[in-house]
Amino acid sequence: MRTCAESFDAYILRALGRNWGERLLPRGLDITFCDQIILIASGLIWTVYFAALAIFIGFFLAVAVAVAKFSENPWLSRPAATFIFIFRGSPLFIQFFFFYSAFVLLPRAGIDIPLGFVTLTVQTSALTTAQVGGLIVLVLNTTAYSAELFVGALRSIPKGDLEAADAYGMTGVTRFRRVVFPSMLRLAWPSYTNEAIFLTHSTTLVFLSAFPAREQAGEAFYYARYFVDQTFNPFVGYPIVAAYFIALTLAIVGLFGIVNRYLNRHLPQERRQRIRFRPQYLR
Amino acid sequence: MFAFCTDPATLPQWQWFACYLTTATHFAFYRSFLMVLLLLAITAPVALGMGLLGAMAVRSRIWPVSWLGKGYVNIVRGVPDIVFFMFVPIALGQGIEWIFHHINCPDWDQPIRQGNDFIVCREAKVPPVGSPAWVRDFYAFSMAVIAYALVFGAFAANTLYGAMQAIPRAQVETAEAYGMTRTQAFRRVVLPQMWVYALPGLSNIWQILIKATPLLFLLGLQDAVYWARELGGQKTSLYTYPHPDWRVWYFLVLLCFYLFLTWGSERVFARLTTRLSRGQATAAGERLRKAAA
Repeated sequence: MRTCAESFDAYILRALGRNWGERLLPRGLDITFCDQIILIASGLIWTVYFAALAIFIGFFLAVAVAVAKFSENPWLSRPAATFIFIFRGSPLFIQFFFFYSAFVLLPRAGIDIPLGFVTLTVQTSALTTAQVGGLIVLVLNTTAYSAELFVGALRSIPKGDLEAADAYGMTGVTRFRRVVFPSMLRLAWPSYTNEAIFLTHSTTLVFLSAFPAREQAGEAFYYARYFVDQTFNPFVGYPIVAAYFIALTLAIVGLFGIVNRYLNRHLPQERRQRIRFRPQYLR
Repeated sequence: MFAFCTDPATLPQWQWFACYLTTATHFAFYRSFLMVLLLLAITAPVALGMGLLGAMAVRSRIWPVSWLGKGYVNIVRGVPDIVFFMFVPIALGQGIEWIFHHINCPDWDQPIRQGNDFIVCREAKVPPVGSPAWVRDFYAFSMAVIAYALVFGAFAANTLYGAMQAIPRAQVETAEAYGMTRTQAFRRVVLPQMWVYALPGLSNIWQILIKATPLLFLLGLQDAVYWARELGGQKTSLYTYPHPDWRVWYFLVLLCFYLFLTWGSERVFARLTTRLSRGQATAAGERLRKAAA
């Protein structure tokens, strides 16, 4: 039996690959309680990786898609609306399967894109890994959900704000950067916080579906499931992972709360929007 | 299926496809879509019932009941989704076997949890040892229904509770002024009116429920995802219908199926909203009244 310190040394970075600790995961009767706590915690590395990167990249894409959907030009708004409909209307679980099986079909060596004077070689082999391919699916998914939130916020920007911008003679990018964007962000922020939470929760689906966990390096829920399969006791692994996710959720609420205060700093106290945790699980 | 299907290797393109798409395994694939619809049809009312019970429990004046309701709603909502879907069927299965074990084998002296095994006596196995495959499938399916109903019941409870609170206070006060008891006021005034307030939330939950159905695959049922993987995978010439990796097309079909389902239900809910707004003291109800007049 390992002591807790030994399992800490063996497994705290195990999620990065088999060179980062004990090569084999604990098995069968060898599993201690500390193993479960530490290995599942090590899986949080990937949970945070997926969540942070997807939210970060997805944010910028979502703003672009939202502006496109809100625009009066049908050549912009139609494709944006279709994109949002497809990714919001279908289960993320199926999206993972679909994109994985599509990525697998791409040629291993890479795709050559001739650009006339130079040929661009796109590496495709990375796309079948969860760390790249799975991340892409998560980014597309969160882009669609957040874009819909941002469109709602764009619709409800106070008319007075826009008229004031016009009165100052602001147009185009300046108007967007100084008036539209801050207002949109402020209005959408409470629901965007929830979106960030759901995205974090849905990272659990990455390794559950098509994408393989190479070298048994997965995220927190992957290890929880591994332990439950090994010990046939759902009353330890799942509560641990649930506790970690509650902690992550609280961290997100705290972090986004700081931003929310910053966005609302110019408003009188009672008009400020509070972040309320309103779960809307499973996408 | 068709008479010309005896030797698929020699068939021209369209006949090959006609035969390929009507094999027995493909019919299992088509049936799995029906299973999704069946799951939705069973789970939705059960979850709604659970939600109604939950919301009434939260509103209850008896504090143990109210605590029970609040605990149920908050625990299920506070814990990530999939954890519950994986946890409930196993935990419930073990719980049922544990109870049967204590009823059927009172003189069993070994512990149930031995290391990594969960051992109950032979009579306590659910489904019973040697039962046919369909009984096992039925058992797994019912476990899934219970897991879905528990989770979505909590979501629905929250929405319905909010809807009950949203009914204008004056309505309930009027009912009380007529001398109705709390129960009567609830049944005659709150219950019929709350649906229009609950509908946006319920529509949302329904969409989430639709999108949660592929998780059946994780519970070990042969659902659409299972068959898409099986049928789509590369088939060598050992098979009657050899083909390369076609999984992407099968998942595309699944994707379209779900898109159609969510699109259709969105439209149905839009109609339902109009229907329920009739005669309500809301902006939508007022608009309907003016349009009619």
